Amino acid sequence: MSDLNTLETDLIAAIENADSETGLEEIRVAALGKKGSISEQMKTLGKMSPEERKTMGPALNGLKAKITDAIAARKAVLEESALEARLANETVDVTLPLRPSPAETGRIHPVSQVIDELTAIFADMGFSIAEGPDIETDELNFTSLNFPEGHPAREMHDTFFFNEKEDGERLLLRTHTSPVQIRTMRDQEPPIRVIIPGRTYRCDSDQTHTPMFHQVEGLVIDKESHFGHLKWILEEFCKAFFEVDDIKMRFRPSFFPFTEPSMEVDIQCDRSGAEVKIGEGADWLEILGCGMVHPNVIRNCGLDPDVYQGFAWGMGIDRIAMLKYGMPDLRAFFDADVRWIQHYGFRPLDLPTLFGGLSS
Amino acid sequence: MKFTLSWLKEHLETDASLDEIVEKLTMIGLEVEEVSDRAARLAHFKIAKVLEAEQHPNADRLKVLKVDPGTGETLQIVCGAPNARAGLVGVLGRPGDYVPGIDITLSVGKIRDVESFGMMCSERELELSDEHDGIIDLPEDAPVGESYATWAGLDDPIIEIGLTPNRPDCTGVYGIARDLAAAGIGKLKERSHTQIKGSFPCPTEVSLEFGATQPLCKAFGLRMVRGVKNGPSPKWMQDRLRAIGLRPINTLVDITNYMTFDQGRPLHVFDAAKVKGDLVVRRGVKGETIDGLNGKSYEVDDSVCVIADDQGLESLGGILGGEVSGCTESTSDVLIESALWDEDGIAATGRKLGVNTDARYRFERGVDPDYMLPGLEAATKMVLDLCGGESSEVVQAGEVPDTSKIIEFPYSEVKRLAGVDVAVVEMNMTLRALGFWVSGSGDTVKVAPPSWRPDVEGKADLVEEIVRIIGLDRVPNTPLPRQGSVSGKVLTAGQIRRNKARRTLATRGLNEAVTWSFISEDRADLFGGGDAALKLANPISSDMSDMRPSLLPGLLAAAQRNADRGYGDVGLFEVGQVFAGDKPEEQSMVASGVRRGTATLDGAGRHWSGTAKPVDVFDAKADAVAALAAIGAPVDKLQVYTDAPNYFHPGRSGTLKLGPKNTLAVFGELHPRTLRALDIEGPLAVFEVLLDNLPQPKGKGGRSKGALNASGLMPVRRDFAFVVDKGLSAETLLKAARGADKTLINDVTLFDIYEGPGVDEGKKSLAIDVVLQPRQKTLTDEEIDGISQKIISAVKKATGGELRG
Repeated sequence: MSDLNTLETDLIAAIENADSETGLEEIRVAALGKKGSISEQMKTLGKMSPEERKTMGPALNGLKAKITDAIAARKAVLEESALEARLANETVDVTLPLRPSPAETGRIHPVSQVIDELTAIFADMGFSIAEGPDIETDELNFTSLNFPEGHPAREMHDTFFFNEKEDGERLLLRTHTSPVQIRTMRDQEPPIRVIIPGRTYRCDSDQTHTPMFHQVEGLVIDKESHFGHLKWILEEFCKAFFEVDDIKMRFRPSFFPFTEPSMEVDIQCDRSGAEVKIGEGADWLEILGCGMVHPNVIRNCGLDPDVYQGFAWGMGIDRIAMLKYGMPDLRAFFDADVRWIQHYGFRPLDLPTLFGGLSS
Repeated sequence: MKFTLSWLKEHLETDASLDEIVEKLTMIGLEVEEVSDRAARLAHFKIAKVLEAEQHPNADRLKVLKVDPGTGETLQIVCGAPNARAGLVGVLGRPGDYVPGIDITLSVGKIRDVESFGMMCSERELELSDEHDGIIDLPEDAPVGESYATWAGLDDPIIEIGLTPNRPDCTGVYGIARDLAAAGIGKLKERSHTQIKGSFPCPTEVSLEFGATQPLCKAFGLRMVRGVKNGPSPKWMQDRLRAIGLRPINTLVDITNYMTFDQGRPLHVFDAAKVKGDLVVRRGVKGETIDGLNGKSYEVDDSVCVIADDQGLESLGGILGGEVSGCTESTSDVLIESALWDEDGIAATGRKLGVNTDARYRFERGVDPDYMLPGLEAATKMVLDLCGGESSEVVQAGEVPDTSKIIEFPYSEVKRLAGVDVAVVEMNMTLRALGFWVSGSGDTVKVAPPSWRPDVEGKADLVEEIVRIIGLDRVPNTPLPRQGSVSGKVLTAGQIRRNKARRTLATRGLNEAVTWSFISEDRADLFGGGDAALKLANPISSDMSDMRPSLLPGLLAAAQRNADRGYGDVGLFEVGQVFAGDKPEEQSMVASGVRRGTATLDGAGRHWSGTAKPVDVFDAKADAVAALAAIGAPVDKLQVYTDAPNYFHPGRSGTLKLGPKNTLAVFGELHPRTLRALDIEGPLAVFEVLLDNLPQPKGKGGRSKGALNASGLMPVRRDFAFVVDKGLSAETLLKAARGADKTLINDVTLFDIYEGPGVDEGKKSLAIDVVLQPRQKTLTDEEIDGISQKIISAVKKATGGELRG
């Protein structure tokens, strides 16, 4: 029996000392393999007397089980440490910075984003989006909009002209989006509800004026829409666009040849700080012009102004973008300075919706 | 239009405060742009007397003054004004006072080692005029110690309104007072209509001679006042004129300016002694010139209306008087003109000669015709009152036109257009207060606008008059009824395409730019534009002279600007209009982009994970294809051609077409000549996607995408390498391989291109991966071999290529 005890002690010691799975396997073969030390002992059982066998049998089987378990336990330990070593070896510096992904770095220009915001708001109120060409006729840009020839109101538009043609026609770059009002009324049966965003041009350049800028025009023509509706639309629009719960607006009588009565609209704001805050404060800021479509304009589109009526308004897209998002200088809109676009631009998948919020 | 509060109150009896008046002006459409209260701003400045003026010890041009501020102290002040002298009475600013003209708050200073306790001010420093040759030099009896502003009559706030072009009646203070009175701010003091009986016939005759041409002058009234004494005008008049920025000249001239601003009635005065013979009002003759009272000389032609006498031109009618017959202090006989000019003629002449005057401003907007003669009478009275003399009878040429009209006005128009209920009595009161004549009873009345309101044409104008005076805030906000329940699609197909292209390009790391629609002629020429019909007649600069034929010139210039600022790896795009001609259908929408430096899809510049390569034609091609895919183009059916426009690199550019004639996109690197002409540097890869060229999809019924036909069998892959001529386009080989068996071949990809040892000179090896997708049953080896043979022979037939050994 003491032989068995010695064998057990030796084997357990060898197993504990095994430092690799190969070494452990060698020990297993040496103990439990066909010619292993324990297997050899087992073979002697047959030659033993029944009494001897009675004691040696269980002892040998017990030893075999002990050694098998010890090998399995050691094996698990060795496997675990091998895995540890492998993992340690595979470790990388996860603080390494990533390359920015393209969808993260691309930006949408504020003018496009604001046009999408306008579209979201007015589509909800049943408006479609109309468009027209940048190169217009004098008739559509002025005459049919009730600007008399030679009137000072024409002069105030600082128009870019093309050279006169042989037939005397002189085309121009539209000074406002209003010619599309005429195009729409001539093409479409009332009721009409459209907004008209687009590029407009005036021969003017300083910090707040660029020779090209963006306007959005609104037009409603039917048999009942009046100034009260216009006030409501503009107030709802301003609340939705500037994303404020309440906003004070001030309608002032003004003059545009193509509307009668005509109004300019101021919104409440706070100009005491570096940035204009909309919807609070005690200052007024002019943001748009509007009015009931002039009977002459309605007539010029082949409609009877005693039957059809409606209103129109127009405002600067760049300007309302500046007010909402705080750009200080209009000229930067057209400079394509990538630092400006990155700062003021919008992420490509941030599509403005009413259900998800225009800008959040 | 500027005026002072006291001037307004000359015509308006009111207890309203300045704030109330300003608020009301704005709310009735006479928008107040600025109120400047000089008295408040200059309140600290006192009249002070210089007691001594000694030479500064350390500066030749400076003096050290001892000044009596009227408080018992004596102040030491260093002063550089040439007119600083002992005994001068001037205007003193002390430490703590803000000097508006130089935007400085004074403090005790030391100038060349001499302490200075304030400053003696010039007119410019107090923003009273541009005068800065010396300090203000007041009369000796000016009260030392008192407020300068009060003493000088500056405590009269100046109100400036931005007048809309439809309101000629408010180019005079009287008209403004009338509007305010109608709106409930006080009572209008009706102007008196004195008539002065002439004591002798006017010795100068006047005639209108326009022959068969359109008369540029409608009527002309003239009278002489003889024996006048023309000196400086009274202080009240000078103060008012100065307050609105006019320079007092002499009484006669000041009266005409005063009438211009007081009544909106421009007049002219001639020194009768300098007028030779009678006056003729006629069209100018080419070659005639006139020296204006403004010191400038003008050459006229037959579009310009002039007043001439025997010696030549005396006046640009209704715009500018001539220097020859101008009134001076020595004038003793004066001819006063009150005329009515053709509005369009005035505007055209003013534009043509580039002359802006207070008279032009009023006549081109329309001066009250019925006030031509009363205005002449009022001016005559002023001349007699202020200069004495004796008045002649009035001579008149032409007739004052009858501009009266009657508008049928249904009261219901106010509700119909403005959406507000207003009582009839209030409507009538408002119209009458504005000078309208209202007659009749019932639902529709007759309304006649007054002669000073040429802008009022019809019913809508009357609605405006009523609602602007009663207040637009009385109109209740009324919700616009919804049309239907769920809003439908509101964008056109073109708008949707633009949005998709825009957002897709931005997800590819490009930044959206908005560049000018006009570019320089050189750049337009370079990119296929430069058509004469697309050149502006009056460009703002030569850089902005031609409508752009392409978005690339603007984007390339922008990319270079960014590079010049240190941001050379930049990707930009724009979705915008280009112009092939001046007709609406020749304007089209394009999405174009520029990648510069190493601004590739995967990132730019150096990075631990790998350094980005310089952009090339394939970056541009990928962007173009991505944009096309986004707008719904069948990208797998597009054909690639190598016929890009000549501003592209001929060997590194291409076009994507749907059929041989319809180009949807161009892409590539730029021709070195283009880079040189634009003075820009690469590497640059650019694309242009012609959004409007993609045909509209045919309307298919339903939105169903159809059933998915996915096979349950494993696909089989086989690789082939072919040796072909070096110049062969890969597309030819791929197309042949794809076409070899249309049912089983699912996909063919090119995975390697090789030239070099093992492949003959002039040849290249193209390796493809073919995916076979069995549909019914697993393919046998024989079947796979059969398809392989079909592929090999199809490629050989199409390209002459052999399987690489």
